[in-house]
Amino acid sequence: MPKITFALPDGKERTCSANEGLSLMEVALQNALPGIIAECNGSAACATCHVIVEDALAAMLDPISEHENDMLEFTAAARQPGSRLSCQIRVDDRLDGAIVRIPAEA
Amino acid sequence: MPRRIVIVGAGQAGLAAAAKLRQAGFAGSITMLGDEGLMPYQRPPLSKAYLLGKLEADRLSYRNEEFYRHEEIEVAPGEAAVEIDRAAGEVVTTLRRISYDHLVLATGARPIELPAPMAAGISNIFYLRNRADADRLRPSLKQGARLLVVGGGYVGLEVAAAARQAGASVTLVEMAPRILNRVAAEPTAAYFRNLHSAKGVEIREGTGLTELTVDGARVTASLADGSRHSADAVVVGIGVRPNASLAMQAGLAVEGGIVVDAFGRTTDPHIWAAGDCTTFEYDGEMIRIESVPHAIDQAEHVARNVLGAGRAYRPRPWFWSDQFDTKLQIAGLNRGYDRVQSAGGPAESSMTISYFLGERLLAVDCLNDARSFMQAKRQLGL
Ligand SMILES: Cc1cc2nc3c(=O)[nH]c(=O)nc-3n(C[C@H](O)[C@H](O)[C@H](O)COP(=O)(O)OP(=O)(O)OC[C@H]3O[C@@H](n4cnc5c(N)ncnc54)[C@H](O)[C@@H]3O)c2cc1C
Ligand code: FES
Repeated sequence: MPKITFALPDGKERTCSANEGLSLMEVALQNALPGIIAECNGSAACATCHVIVEDALAAMLDPISEHENDMLEFTAAARQPGSRLSCQIRVDDRLDGAIVRIPAEA
Repeated sequence: MPRRIVIVGAGQAGLAAAAKLRQAGFAGSITMLGDEGLMPYQRPPLSKAYLLGKLEADRLSYRNEEFYRHEEIEVAPGEAAVEIDRAAGEVVTTLRRISYDHLVLATGARPIELPAPMAAGISNIFYLRNRADADRLRPSLKQGARLLVVGGGYVGLEVAAAARQAGASVTLVEMAPRILNRVAAEPTAAYFRNLHSAKGVEIREGTGLTELTVDGARVTASLADGSRHSADAVVVGIGVRPNASLAMQAGLAVEGGIVVDAFGRTTDPHIWAAGDCTTFEYDGEMIRIESVPHAIDQAEHVARNVLGAGRAYRPRPWFWSDQFDTKLQIAGLNRGYDRVQSAGGPAESSMTISYFLGERLLAVDCLNDARSFMQAKRQLGL
């Protein structure tokens, strides 16, 4: 089971075991992590599941769709190079050991 | 500091309230009562991916057992609240009495049903509010089946889209002059009318259902325009009514929904409410909002306010709908608009309809146009 470390808005870290096939957003919710609201239940419609992934991981993930790209332009915390909607990232082996940052709201 | 908080309703708002209570540091007991026999889950996929079999049941409930254990949230998913004993500060359930310091009502809403005489004795009429409804409806969505959808609101249109994608033939009837009559302007309705027609859904507007008759496994619907349609299943999506009977019996103010103030408090200082079951003042009018974002946001405010935050809730209304390959995102409330403006967007299938009152932008319906949606959301301060 991949282990993912979340860097939380308050600077703390939490390492969570994640079931493959779930989205990163679902992993965050199951672990009651602050800063992921997921108002649209993973429908890529709200951008309240914004996370920032490291460059190496960003390069490995499936490319960002045009829709997600547009949503990311207007996230509450400003977009950064590794910005993604966590509901659009599926957990698999590639995420094992990854560090994913949940930004503090602007 | 309260010690015992009871939440009635294990849905979107109930879960959001419970989770926020813990995040805000509440260390007392949280008991959440449900009446579906299921842990909280998301309803939107019931008319979308779940209905199409593209999302399995365990993904609907987007928290796991571990979450509830870790957060020490006691969920009794099959223990309905039947009465509130305000004098004793107790909720009476089907099994026991539970005392509370604060009570949160998150009872949601239920579908408006067809008039009893019309529906009497017909087993293939379906409503869509909970997972059991979706599970019952699912087998009817298949190649060769004929489906009649009554009601051209978002839920009706989504079911029509899902059924069509599953290969069923679909007719949708709307009594009002047009689909989305109550919730959107004509250009938005026209967009969906065209989309559905192109995909083979037959839409009949301005005609109501007058009679249903059964003939073996089939239902025949007679419409006000004189036409008759035979179907294997009739899905009714004509709106919802808040579940307010508990509150009403307890003597709390109920006006179409449970009346709450800006803090989410009912007329009893120890009883709060959030989500689809509530009605509250917004720009001088009593309104209800039926959406997940509102349910979460209002419930989170209630959670904080139960703990004394004194934070007024100002809705940041927005909504979404998925039909075929179109994603609709709505920002704002279009109530009272006097002008609409449509504009194309980045793709051929993109369109944004803006609602104005005078010069003031009230709301937008964005079709495959995430950028305009996010921009408007920001402009509207949502
Ligand atoms: C098919 C469908 C599609 C939808 N699509 C969208 C969408 O795309 N976008 C969107 O924003 N919104 C959508 N919605 C609306 C959204 O699901 C609701 O606004 C939201 O679920 C409201 O949350 P709630 O907690 O207030 O009510 P609910 O989620 O309905 O939860 C209330 C719960 O309380 C239970 N309950 C009631 N009375 C009692 C009692 N006495 N004791 C114990 N339990 C009780 C109910 O059975 C229910 O489980 C959709 C709804 C449906 C039905
Ligand atoms: S949960 Fe809404 S965009 Fe990811």
